[in-house]
Amino acid sequence: MLLIECPWCGPRSEEEFSCGGEGHIVRPLNSEDLDDAAWGDYVFMRRNDKGVYFERWRHSHGCGQWFNVARSTVSNEILAVYRVGDDKPKVTP
Amino acid sequence: MMPRFGFEKYTKDMANYSIFALARNALQRHRNWPQAWRSPQPRPSYDAVIVGGGGHGLATAYYLAKLHGMRNIAVLEKGWIGGGNTGRNTTIVRSNYLNPESAAIYDHALKLWEGLSQELNFNVMFSQRGVINLAHDEGEVRELRRRIYANQLAGVDAEWVTPTQLGELCPILNLDPDTRYPVLGGTLQRRAGTARHDAVAWGYARGADRLGVHIIQNCEVTDLIIREGRVEGVRTNQGEIRTPKIGVVAAGHSSVLAAMAGIRLPIDSHPLQALVSEPIKPVMPTVIMSNKVHAYMSQSDKGELVIGAGIDPYNSYAQRGSLPVIEETIRAVVELYPITSRLKMMRQWAGIVDICPDASPIISATSVEGLFFNCGWGTGGFKATPGSGHLFAHTLAKGEAHPINAPFALERFHSGALVAEHGAAAVAH
Repeated sequence: MLLIECPWCGPRSEEEFSCGGEGHIVRPLNSEDLDDAAWGDYVFMRRNDKGVYFERWRHSHGCGQWFNVARSTVSNEILAVYRVGDDKPKVTP
Repeated sequence: MMPRFGFEKYTKDMANYSIFALARNALQRHRNWPQAWRSPQPRPSYDAVIVGGGGHGLATAYYLAKLHGMRNIAVLEKGWIGGGNTGRNTTIVRSNYLNPESAAIYDHALKLWEGLSQELNFNVMFSQRGVINLAHDEGEVRELRRRIYANQLAGVDAEWVTPTQLGELCPILNLDPDTRYPVLGGTLQRRAGTARHDAVAWGYARGADRLGVHIIQNCEVTDLIIREGRVEGVRTNQGEIRTPKIGVVAAGHSSVLAAMAGIRLPIDSHPLQALVSEPIKPVMPTVIMSNKVHAYMSQSDKGELVIGAGIDPYNSYAQRGSLPVIEETIRAVVELYPITSRLKMMRQWAGIVDICPDASPIISATSVEGLFFNCGWGTGGFKATPGSGHLFAHTLAKGEAHPINAPFALERFHSGALVAEHGAAAVAH
Protein backbone atom coordinates (compact mmCIF):
# COMPACT_ATOMS: atom_id res chain seq x y z
CA MET A 1 0.00 0.00 0.00
CA LEU A 2 1.44 3.36 -1.02
CA LEU A 3 1.12 6.37 1.25
CA ILE A 4 1.11 9.37 -1.07
CA GLU A 5 1.73 12.90 0.17
CA CYS A 6 -0.76 15.07 -1.67
CA PRO A 7 0.72 18.59 -1.81
CA TRP A 8 -2.66 19.99 -0.68
CA CYS A 9 -4.15 17.28 1.59
CA GLY A 10 -1.13 15.55 3.11
CA PRO A 11 -0.45 11.81 3.32
CA ARG A 12 -3.34 9.70 2.04
CA SER A 13 -3.86 6.08 0.95
CA GLU A 14 -3.11 5.17 -2.69
CA GLU A 15 -6.75 4.18 -3.15
CA GLU A 16 -7.71 7.88 -3.21
CA PHE A 17 -5.42 8.59 -6.17
CA SER A 18 -5.24 7.78 -9.83
CA CYS A 19 -1.96 7.46 -11.66
CA GLY A 20 -1.68 9.55 -14.83
CA GLY A 21 1.44 7.86 -16.21
CA GLU A 22 4.71 9.41 -17.34
CA GLY A 23 5.12 13.10 -16.53
CA HIS A 24 7.01 15.94 -18.24
CA ILE A 25 5.73 15.00 -21.71
CA VAL A 26 5.25 18.34 -23.41
CA ARG A 27 2.71 18.63 -26.18
CA PRO A 28 4.50 19.83 -29.34
CA LEU A 29 3.57 23.45 -30.12
CA ASN A 30 4.11 22.97 -33.86
CA SER A 31 1.69 20.07 -34.20
CA GLU A 32 0.70 21.07 -37.74
CA ASP A 33 4.32 20.59 -38.86
CA LEU A 34 4.78 17.15 -37.29
CA ASP A 35 4.89 14.05 -39.46
CA ASP A 36 3.10 10.83 -38.42
CA ALA A 37 6.21 9.38 -36.80
CA ALA A 38 6.84 12.42 -34.60
CA TRP A 39 3.18 12.65 -33.63
CA GLY A 40 3.01 8.89 -32.89
CA ASP A 41 6.10 9.21 -30.71
CA TYR A 42 4.48 12.01 -28.72
CA VAL A 43 1.17 10.16 -28.29
CA PHE A 44 2.35 6.60 -27.66
CA MET A 45 6.05 6.15 -26.89
CA ARG A 46 7.04 6.02 -23.22
CA ARG A 47 10.26 5.80 -21.23
CA ASN A 48 8.81 3.16 -18.85
CA ASP A 49 11.99 3.37 -16.75
CA LYS A 50 13.11 0.69 -14.36
CA GLY A 51 14.34 2.80 -11.46
CA VAL A 52 13.37 6.42 -10.78
CA TYR A 53 10.22 7.35 -12.70
CA PHE A 54 8.72 10.84 -12.87
CA GLU A 55 4.98 10.55 -13.19
CA ARG A 56 1.68 12.39 -12.82
CA TRP A 57 -0.85 11.56 -10.14
CA ARG A 58 -4.26 13.00 -9.34
CA HIS A 59 -5.94 13.07 -5.94
CA SER A 60 -9.15 11.99 -7.68
CA HIS A 61 -11.07 10.97 -4.55
CA GLY A 62 -9.82 14.02 -2.61
CA CYS A 63 -9.02 17.53 -3.75
CA GLY A 64 -8.97 16.56 -7.44
CA GLN A 65 -5.60 18.23 -8.06
CA TRP A 66 -2.89 16.96 -10.40
CA PHE A 67 0.71 16.84 -9.17
CA ASN A 68 3.98 15.05 -9.93
CA VAL A 69 5.64 12.17 -8.10
CA ALA A 70 9.16 10.75 -8.38
CA ARG A 71 8.92 7.08 -7.53
CA SER A 72 11.19 4.06 -7.78
CA THR A 73 9.53 1.47 -10.01
CA VAL A 74 11.71 -1.21 -8.42
CA SER A 75 10.89 -0.65 -4.73
CA ASN A 76 7.77 1.52 -5.26
CA GLU A 77 9.28 4.00 -2.77
CA ILE A 78 8.06 7.56 -3.28
CA LEU A 79 11.13 9.78 -3.50
CA ALA A 80 9.57 13.20 -4.04
CA VAL A 81 6.23 14.90 -4.55
CA TYR A 82 6.21 18.20 -6.45
CA ARG A 83 3.83 20.49 -8.25
CA VAL A 84 2.89 20.53 -11.90
CA GLY A 85 5.21 22.90 -13.74
CA ASP A 86 8.14 22.32 -11.36
CA ASP A 87 11.37 20.86 -12.75
CA LYS A 88 12.29 17.26 -12.04
CA PRO A 89 13.80 17.11 -8.55
CA LYS A 90 17.19 15.50 -7.95
CA VAL A 91 16.50 12.17 -6.26
CA THR A 92 18.45 9.02 -5.51
CA PRO A 93 16.62 5.70 -5.28
CA MET B 1 24.53 -28.11 -40.25
CA MET B 2 25.23 -30.18 -37.14
CA PRO B 3 26.52 -28.37 -34.11
CA ARG B 4 29.55 -29.61 -32.23
CA PHE B 5 30.13 -31.51 -28.98
CA GLY B 6 28.86 -35.03 -29.71
CA PHE B 7 25.40 -33.84 -30.53
CA GLU B 8 24.39 -37.05 -32.34
CA LYS B 9 25.27 -39.25 -29.39
CA TYR B 10 23.40 -36.87 -27.18
CA THR B 11 20.18 -37.15 -29.19
CA LYS B 12 20.42 -40.91 -29.30
CA ASP B 13 20.80 -41.08 -25.52
CA MET B 14 17.89 -38.80 -25.08
CA ALA B 15 14.89 -41.00 -24.47
CA ASN B 16 11.54 -40.11 -25.91
CA TYR B 17 8.90 -39.88 -23.25
CA SER B 18 6.43 -42.77 -23.59
CA ILE B 19 4.62 -45.37 -21.53
CA PHE B 20 7.50 -47.76 -22.25
CA ALA B 21 10.13 -45.25 -21.14
CA LEU B 22 8.12 -44.70 -17.99
CA ALA B 23 7.94 -48.42 -17.25
CA ARG B 24 11.65 -48.92 -18.00
CA ASN B 25 12.63 -46.03 -15.77
CA ALA B 26 10.27 -47.14 -13.01
CA LEU B 27 12.14 -50.48 -12.91
CA GLN B 28 15.37 -48.47 -12.49
CA ARG B 29 13.75 -46.51 -9.66
CA HIS B 30 13.73 -43.37 -11.82
CA ARG B 31 17.47 -42.86 -11.32
CA ASN B 32 18.42 -42.84 -15.00
CA TRP B 33 16.16 -40.27 -16.62
CA PRO B 34 18.33 -38.17 -18.92
CA GLN B 35 18.53 -34.40 -18.41
CA ALA B 36 15.75 -32.71 -20.34
CA TRP B 37 18.12 -30.01 -21.65
CA ARG B 38 21.80 -29.15 -21.35
CA SER B 39 23.44 -26.20 -19.61
CA PRO B 40 26.07 -25.20 -22.16
CA GLN B 41 28.73 -22.54 -21.99
CA PRO B 42 27.92 -19.73 -24.42
CA ARG B 43 29.81 -19.76 -27.73
CA PRO B 44 31.55 -16.55 -28.83
CA SER B 45 29.00 -16.11 -31.62
CA TYR B 46 25.63 -17.35 -32.85
CA ASP B 47 23.52 -16.90 -35.99
CA ALA B 48 20.76 -15.48 -33.79
CA VAL B 49 20.25 -14.73 -30.11
CA ILE B 50 16.88 -14.77 -28.34
CA VAL B 51 16.80 -12.58 -25.23
CA GLY B 52 14.35 -14.05 -22.74
CA GLY B 53 13.83 -17.70 -21.82
CA GLY B 54 10.12 -17.69 -21.12
CA GLY B 55 7.57 -19.66 -23.08
CA HIS B 56 7.54 -17.18 -25.98
CA GLY B 57 11.34 -17.04 -26.26
CA LEU B 58 11.78 -20.80 -26.04
CA ALA B 59 8.97 -21.37 -28.55
CA THR B 60 10.68 -18.88 -30.90
CA ALA B 61 13.95 -20.80 -30.62
CA TYR B 62 12.18 -24.15 -31.15
CA TYR B 63 10.45 -23.03 -34.35
CA LEU B 64 13.57 -21.24 -35.63
CA ALA B 65 15.48 -24.52 -35.33
CA LYS B 66 12.68 -26.80 -36.46
CA LEU B 67 11.08 -24.86 -39.33
CA HIS B 68 13.81 -22.47 -40.47
CA GLY B 69 16.93 -24.61 -40.00
CA MET B 70 18.60 -22.06 -37.70
CA ARG B 71 20.29 -24.33 -35.17
CA ASN B 72 23.33 -22.26 -34.22
CA ILE B 73 21.25 -20.06 -31.94
CA ALA B 74 21.00 -19.32 -28.22
CA VAL B 75 18.32 -18.34 -25.75
CA LEU B 76 19.71 -16.06 -23.03
CA GLU B 77 17.73 -16.01 -19.78
CA LYS B 78 18.73 -13.76 -16.89
CA GLY B 79 17.09 -16.02 -14.30
CA TRP B 80 15.80 -19.53 -14.86
CA ILE B 81 13.62 -20.58 -17.79
CA GLY B 82 9.92 -20.08 -17.25
CA GLY B 83 10.58 -18.14 -14.02
CA GLY B 84 9.01 -14.91 -15.25
CA ASN B 85 5.49 -14.45 -16.54
CA THR B 86 5.38 -18.03 -17.87
CA GLY B 87 5.30 -19.18 -14.26
CA ARG B 88 3.10 -16.33 -13.02
CA ASN B 89 -0.05 -16.41 -15.12
CA THR B 90 -3.44 -18.06 -14.69
CA THR B 91 -2.88 -20.48 -17.62
CA ILE B 92 -6.02 -19.51 -19.58
CA VAL B 93 -6.00 -20.24 -23.32
CA ARG B 94 -8.70 -18.80 -25.60
CA SER B 95 -9.04 -17.00 -28.92
CA ASN B 96 -12.42 -15.21 -28.75
CA TYR B 97 -11.11 -11.72 -29.52
CA LEU B 98 -13.17 -9.06 -31.25
CA ASN B 99 -11.07 -7.86 -34.20
CA PRO B 100 -10.34 -10.24 -37.09
CA GLU B 101 -6.57 -9.57 -36.79
CA SER B 102 -6.66 -10.62 -33.12
CA ALA B 103 -8.91 -13.63 -33.69
CA ALA B 104 -6.46 -14.77 -36.39
CA ILE B 105 -3.36 -14.49 -34.23
CA TYR B 106 -4.86 -16.01 -31.08
CA ASP B 107 -6.63 -18.79 -32.99
CA HIS B 108 -3.36 -19.57 -34.78
CA ALA B 109 -1.93 -20.15 -31.30
CA LEU B 110 -4.96 -22.17 -30.17
CA LYS B 111 -4.61 -24.52 -33.15
CA LEU B 112 -0.96 -25.09 -32.25
CA TRP B 113 -1.97 -25.75 -28.62
CA GLU B 114 -4.27 -28.53 -29.81
CA GLY B 115 -1.34 -30.60 -31.09
CA LEU B 116 1.40 -29.30 -28.82
CA SER B 117 1.85 -32.28 -26.48
CA GLN B 118 2.36 -34.57 -29.50
CA GLU B 119 4.56 -32.02 -31.27
CA LEU B 120 6.88 -31.66 -28.27
CA ASN B 121 6.60 -35.22 -26.88
CA PHE B 122 5.89 -33.45 -23.61
CA ASN B 123 2.52 -33.37 -21.86
CA VAL B 124 1.56 -29.69 -21.63
CA MET B 125 -1.76 -30.77 -20.05
CA PHE B 126 -3.80 -28.69 -22.47
CA SER B 127 -7.37 -29.09 -21.28
CA GLN B 128 -10.15 -27.75 -23.52
CA ARG B 129 -12.57 -27.27 -20.67
CA GLY B 130 -14.11 -24.15 -22.19
CA VAL B 131 -13.90 -20.49 -21.20
CA ILE B 132 -16.97 -18.47 -20.24
CA ASN B 133 -17.22 -14.66 -20.19
CA LEU B 134 -20.12 -13.43 -18.06
CA ALA B 135 -22.46 -10.55 -18.84
CA HIS B 136 -23.89 -8.63 -15.88
CA ASP B 137 -25.94 -5.88 -17.55
CA GLU B 138 -27.75 -5.14 -20.81
CA GLY B 139 -24.77 -3.31 -22.24
CA GLU B 140 -22.50 -6.25 -21.60
CA VAL B 141 -25.06 -8.66 -23.09
CA ARG B 142 -25.07 -6.63 -26.32
CA GLU B 143 -21.28 -6.30 -26.35
CA LEU B 144 -20.68 -10.00 -25.76
CA ARG B 145 -23.31 -11.06 -28.30
CA ARG B 146 -21.59 -8.79 -30.82
CA ARG B 147 -18.33 -10.56 -29.98
CA ILE B 148 -19.93 -13.96 -30.60
CA TYR B 149 -21.00 -12.86 -34.10
CA ALA B 150 -17.57 -11.38 -34.78
CA ASN B 151 -15.90 -14.60 -33.62
CA GLN B 152 -18.15 -16.76 -35.78
CA LEU B 153 -17.37 -14.58 -38.81
CA ALA B 154 -13.66 -15.00 -38.05
CA GLY B 155 -13.99 -18.79 -37.82
CA VAL B 156 -13.64 -18.91 -34.02
CA ASP B 157 -16.16 -21.02 -32.11
CA ALA B 158 -18.42 -19.01 -29.81
CA GLU B 159 -21.89 -19.50 -28.39
CA TRP B 160 -24.27 -17.80 -25.98
CA VAL B 161 -25.15 -19.51 -22.71
CA THR B 162 -28.16 -18.63 -20.56
CA PRO B 163 -28.08 -18.43 -16.75
CA THR B 164 -29.80 -21.86 -16.57
CA GLN B 165 -27.11 -23.40 -18.77
CA LEU B 166 -24.44 -21.64 -16.69
CA GLY B 167 -25.87 -23.24 -13.54
CA GLU B 168 -25.51 -26.65 -15.18
CA LEU B 169 -21.98 -25.91 -16.39
CA CYS B 170 -20.78 -24.52 -13.06
CA PRO B 171 -23.07 -25.14 -10.04
CA ILE B 172 -21.04 -22.94 -7.64
CA LEU B 173 -21.68 -19.78 -9.67
CA ASN B 174 -23.98 -17.32 -7.90
CA LEU B 175 -27.05 -16.97 -10.16
CA ASP B 176 -29.23 -15.14 -7.64
CA PRO B 177 -31.11 -12.46 -9.67
CA ASP B 178 -31.13 -10.12 -6.65
CA THR B 179 -27.37 -9.49 -6.49
CA ARG B 180 -25.92 -6.09 -7.36
CA TYR B 181 -24.59 -7.42 -10.68
CA PRO B 182 -26.78 -10.42 -11.60
CA VAL B 183 -25.52 -12.91 -14.19
CA LEU B 184 -27.57 -12.39 -17.36
CA GLY B 185 -25.75 -14.94 -19.48
CA GLY B 186 -22.36 -15.34 -21.05
CA THR B 187 -20.24 -16.42 -23.98
CA LEU B 188 -18.72 -19.87 -24.17
CA GLN B 189 -15.74 -20.88 -26.27
CA ARG B 190 -15.60 -24.68 -25.97
CA ARG B 191 -12.17 -25.05 -27.63
CA ALA B 192 -10.64 -22.76 -25.02
CA GLY B 193 -9.30 -23.95 -21.68
CA THR B 194 -6.12 -24.16 -19.64
CA ALA B 195 -2.63 -25.64 -19.92
CA ARG B 196 0.19 -26.43 -17.53
CA HIS B 197 2.39 -23.31 -17.50
CA ASP B 198 5.74 -24.88 -16.53
CA ALA B 199 5.28 -27.74 -18.95
CA VAL B 200 5.06 -25.30 -21.84
CA ALA B 201 8.43 -23.77 -20.99
CA TRP B 202 10.03 -27.14 -20.27
CA GLY B 203 8.56 -28.80 -23.36
CA TYR B 204 9.80 -26.06 -25.69
CA ALA B 205 13.18 -25.96 -23.90
CA ARG B 206 13.64 -29.70 -24.30
CA GLY B 207 12.46 -29.55 -27.93
CA ALA B 208 14.77 -26.65 -28.79
CA ASP B 209 17.71 -28.23 -26.98
CA ARG B 210 17.27 -31.48 -28.92
CA LEU B 211 17.53 -29.46 -32.13
CA GLY B 212 20.86 -28.01 -30.97
CA VAL B 213 19.72 -24.69 -29.49
CA HIS B 214 21.78 -23.41 -26.55
CA ILE B 215 19.68 -22.48 -23.54
CA ILE B 216 21.82 -20.34 -21.28
CA GLN B 217 20.36 -19.51 -17.88
CA ASN B 218 21.61 -16.91 -15.39
CA CYS B 219 22.81 -14.92 -18.37
CA GLU B 220 21.65 -11.32 -18.21
CA VAL B 221 22.00 -9.05 -21.21
CA THR B 222 23.53 -5.79 -19.98
CA ASP B 223 23.93 -4.02 -23.31
CA LEU B 224 23.28 -4.38 -27.02
CA ILE B 225 26.22 -3.88 -29.37
CA ILE B 226 25.05 -1.76 -32.29
CA ARG B 227 27.26 -0.19 -34.95
CA GLU B 228 26.10 1.97 -37.85
CA GLY B 229 22.48 1.09 -37.20
CA ARG B 230 23.14 -2.65 -37.28
CA VAL B 231 23.17 -5.28 -34.54
CA GLU B 232 26.56 -6.85 -33.82
CA GLY B 233 26.00 -8.67 -30.55
CA VAL B 234 25.13 -8.48 -26.88
CA ARG B 235 27.11 -7.88 -23.71
CA THR B 236 26.13 -10.19 -20.87
CA ASN B 237 27.27 -11.06 -17.37
CA GLN B 238 28.85 -14.14 -19.03
CA GLY B 239 30.79 -12.09 -21.57
CA GLU B 240 30.29 -10.74 -25.04
CA ILE B 241 28.35 -12.74 -27.65
CA ARG B 242 28.45 -11.73 -31.32
CA THR B 243 25.37 -12.17 -33.48
CA PRO B 244 23.78 -10.47 -36.50
CA LYS B 245 20.21 -11.07 -35.25
CA ILE B 246 18.62 -10.42 -31.88
CA GLY B 247 15.05 -11.31 -30.97
CA VAL B 248 13.97 -9.67 -27.72
CA VAL B 249 11.16 -11.55 -25.95
CA ALA B 250 11.38 -9.95 -22.52
CA ALA B 251 7.76 -9.08 -21.61
CA GLY B 252 7.78 -6.50 -18.79
CA HIS B 253 11.46 -5.70 -19.36
CA SER B 254 11.09 -4.94 -23.08
CA SER B 255 11.45 -1.18 -22.53
CA VAL B 256 14.69 -1.73 -20.58
CA LEU B 257 16.21 -3.64 -23.51
CA ALA B 258 14.82 -1.18 -26.05
CA ALA B 259 16.49 1.66 -24.13
CA MET B 260 19.86 -0.08 -24.70
CA ALA B 261 19.25 0.49 -28.43
CA GLY B 262 18.00 4.04 -27.87
CA ILE B 263 14.46 3.03 -28.80
CA ARG B 264 11.29 3.90 -26.90
CA LEU B 265 8.35 1.48 -27.04
CA PRO B 266 4.63 2.23 -26.58
CA ILE B 267 4.67 0.06 -23.47
CA ASP B 268 4.00 0.52 -19.77
CA SER B 269 5.06 -2.20 -17.34
CA HIS B 270 2.51 -3.05 -14.65
CA PRO B 271 2.26 -5.81 -12.07
CA LEU B 272 -0.53 -8.33 -12.70
CA GLN B 273 -1.43 -10.37 -9.65
CA ALA B 274 -2.78 -13.85 -9.22
CA LEU B 275 -3.44 -16.13 -6.28
CA VAL B 276 -4.37 -19.72 -5.52
CA SER B 277 -6.50 -21.23 -2.79
CA GLU B 278 -5.84 -24.34 -0.77
CA PRO B 279 -6.67 -27.45 -2.81
CA ILE B 280 -10.27 -28.63 -2.65
CA LYS B 281 -12.37 -31.29 -4.39
CA PRO B 282 -13.40 -30.56 -7.99
CA VAL B 283 -16.00 -27.76 -8.03
CA MET B 284 -15.10 -25.82 -11.14
CA PRO B 285 -15.11 -27.76 -14.43
CA THR B 286 -14.51 -24.74 -16.67
CA VAL B 287 -12.93 -21.28 -16.69
CA ILE B 288 -15.15 -18.30 -15.86
CA MET B 289 -14.21 -14.68 -16.43
CA SER B 290 -16.15 -11.58 -15.44
CA ASN B 291 -15.18 -8.07 -16.47
CA LYS B 292 -17.82 -6.28 -14.47
CA VAL B 293 -17.28 -8.07 -11.16
CA HIS B 294 -13.63 -8.15 -12.04
CA ALA B 295 -12.12 -11.60 -11.55
CA TYR B 296 -11.44 -14.81 -13.39
CA MET B 297 -11.19 -18.27 -11.90
CA SER B 298 -10.49 -21.88 -12.79
CA GLN B 299 -9.45 -24.97 -10.84
CA SER B 300 -6.07 -26.59 -11.32
CA ASP B 301 -5.68 -30.35 -11.54
CA LYS B 302 -4.24 -30.21 -8.01
CA GLY B 303 -7.55 -28.75 -6.81
CA GLU B 304 -6.42 -25.19 -6.14
CA LEU B 305 -8.71 -22.43 -7.34
CA VAL B 306 -6.58 -20.22 -9.58
CA ILE B 307 -7.70 -16.59 -9.42
CA GLY B 308 -6.68 -13.48 -11.30
CA ALA B 309 -7.94 -9.99 -11.99
CA GLY B 310 -6.78 -6.58 -13.17
CA ILE B 311 -3.39 -4.94 -13.30
CA ASP B 312 -2.05 -2.61 -10.63
CA PRO B 313 -2.82 0.94 -11.77
CA TYR B 314 0.75 2.30 -11.83
CA ASN B 315 4.03 1.29 -13.52
CA SER B 316 6.19 -1.05 -11.50
CA TYR B 317 8.84 -3.70 -11.91
CA ALA B 318 8.26 -5.08 -8.38
CA GLN B 319 6.89 -8.63 -8.71
CA ARG B 320 4.62 -8.24 -5.70
CA GLY B 321 1.50 -6.25 -6.48
CA SER B 322 -0.55 -3.95 -4.31
CA LEU B 323 -3.02 -4.92 -1.59
CA PRO B 324 -6.04 -2.88 -2.78
CA VAL B 325 -6.11 -4.80 -6.07
CA ILE B 326 -6.01 -8.19 -4.39
CA GLU B 327 -8.76 -7.11 -1.96
CA GLU B 328 -10.98 -6.10 -4.87
CA THR B 329 -10.29 -9.41 -6.60
CA ILE B 330 -11.27 -11.39 -3.50
CA ARG B 331 -14.45 -9.32 -3.12
CA ALA B 332 -15.38 -10.20 -6.71
CA VAL B 333 -14.66 -13.89 -6.23
CA VAL B 334 -16.72 -14.12 -3.04
CA GLU B 335 -19.59 -12.32 -4.78
CA LEU B 336 -19.55 -14.69 -7.77
CA TYR B 337 -18.80 -17.91 -5.86
CA PRO B 338 -20.13 -17.65 -2.29
CA ILE B 339 -18.64 -21.06 -1.33
CA THR B 340 -15.17 -19.48 -1.47
CA SER B 341 -15.80 -17.13 1.45
CA ARG B 342 -14.11 -19.42 3.99
CA LEU B 343 -11.43 -20.75 1.69
CA LYS B 344 -7.82 -20.07 2.65
CA MET B 345 -5.60 -18.50 0.03
CA MET B 346 -2.20 -20.16 -0.14
CA ARG B 347 -0.06 -18.04 -2.42
CA GLN B 348 -0.19 -14.66 -4.10
CA TRP B 349 2.28 -13.21 -6.58
CA ALA B 350 2.66 -10.76 -9.46
CA GLY B 351 4.21 -10.81 -12.90
CA ILE B 352 5.31 -7.69 -14.76
CA VAL B 353 3.19 -7.33 -17.88
CA ASP B 354 3.95 -5.12 -20.88
CA ILE B 355 0.81 -3.16 -21.68
CA CYS B 356 0.32 -1.58 -25.12
CA PRO B 357 -2.05 1.36 -25.67
CA ASP B 358 -4.31 -0.86 -27.83
CA ALA B 359 -3.89 -4.02 -25.70
CA SER B 360 -2.48 -5.86 -28.71
CA PRO B 361 1.00 -7.33 -29.08
CA ILE B 362 4.01 -6.11 -31.06
CA ILE B 363 5.90 -8.61 -33.25
CA SER B 364 8.13 -6.40 -35.27
CA ALA B 365 11.41 -5.35 -36.78
CA THR B 366 12.83 -2.06 -35.46
CA SER B 367 14.78 0.89 -36.82
CA VAL B 368 17.98 -1.02 -35.92
CA GLU B 369 18.87 -3.64 -38.53
CA GLY B 370 18.82 -7.14 -37.07
CA LEU B 371 16.95 -6.11 -33.91
CA PHE B 372 13.45 -7.55 -33.51
CA PHE B 373 10.93 -7.27 -30.69
CA ASN B 374 8.15 -9.59 -29.61
CA CYS B 375 6.37 -7.86 -26.74
CA GLY B 376 3.28 -5.97 -25.65
CA TRP B 377 1.29 -9.13 -24.91
CA GLY B 378 0.22 -7.46 -21.70
CA THR B 379 -2.11 -9.52 -19.55
CA GLY B 380 -2.82 -12.13 -22.23
CA GLY B 381 0.49 -13.58 -23.33
CA PHE B 382 0.33 -17.14 -22.04
CA LYS B 383 -2.46 -18.20 -24.38
CA ALA B 384 -0.44 -16.99 -27.36
CA THR B 385 2.82 -18.80 -26.50
CA PRO B 386 2.96 -21.31 -29.42
CA GLY B 387 1.61 -18.87 -32.01
CA SER B 388 3.82 -16.04 -30.82
CA GLY B 389 6.93 -18.22 -31.06
CA HIS B 390 5.91 -19.60 -34.44
CA LEU B 391 5.28 -16.16 -35.96
CA PHE B 392 8.30 -14.48 -34.36
CA ALA B 393 10.54 -17.29 -35.67
CA HIS B 394 9.19 -16.60 -39.15
CA THR B 395 9.76 -12.85 -38.73
CA LEU B 396 13.32 -13.36 -37.47
CA ALA B 397 14.29 -15.93 -40.10
CA LYS B 398 12.80 -14.15 -43.11
CA GLY B 399 13.39 -10.61 -41.92
CA GLU B 400 9.74 -9.78 -42.60
CA ALA B 401 6.41 -10.45 -40.94
CA HIS B 402 4.20 -13.49 -41.50
CA PRO B 403 0.77 -12.35 -42.85
CA ILE B 404 -0.80 -13.15 -39.45
CA ASN B 405 1.53 -10.85 -37.51
CA ALA B 406 1.84 -8.15 -40.18
CA PRO B 407 -0.87 -5.98 -38.50
CA PHE B 408 1.10 -6.12 -35.22
CA ALA B 409 4.18 -4.16 -36.32
CA LEU B 410 5.52 -1.15 -34.42
CA GLU B 411 4.56 1.08 -37.38
CA ARG B 412 0.92 0.93 -36.33
CA PHE B 413 1.68 3.52 -33.65
CA HIS B 414 2.75 5.90 -36.40
CA SER B 415 0.14 5.01 -39.01
CA GLY B 416 -2.71 4.90 -36.50
CA ALA B 417 -3.87 1.42 -37.58
CA LEU B 418 -4.27 0.20 -34.00
CA VAL B 419 -5.85 -3.16 -33.17
CA ALA B 420 -7.97 -1.95 -30.26
CA GLU B 421 -8.69 -4.82 -27.89
CA HIS B 422 -9.09 -2.98 -24.59
CA GLY B 423 -12.46 -3.80 -23.15
CA ALA B 424 -13.98 -5.06 -26.37
CA ALA B 425 -12.16 -8.37 -26.18
CA ALA B 426 -12.60 -8.61 -22.42
CA VAL B 427 -10.65 -6.42 -20.03
CA ALA B 428 -9.52 -9.52 -18.27
CA HIS B 429 -7.26 -11.61 -20.42
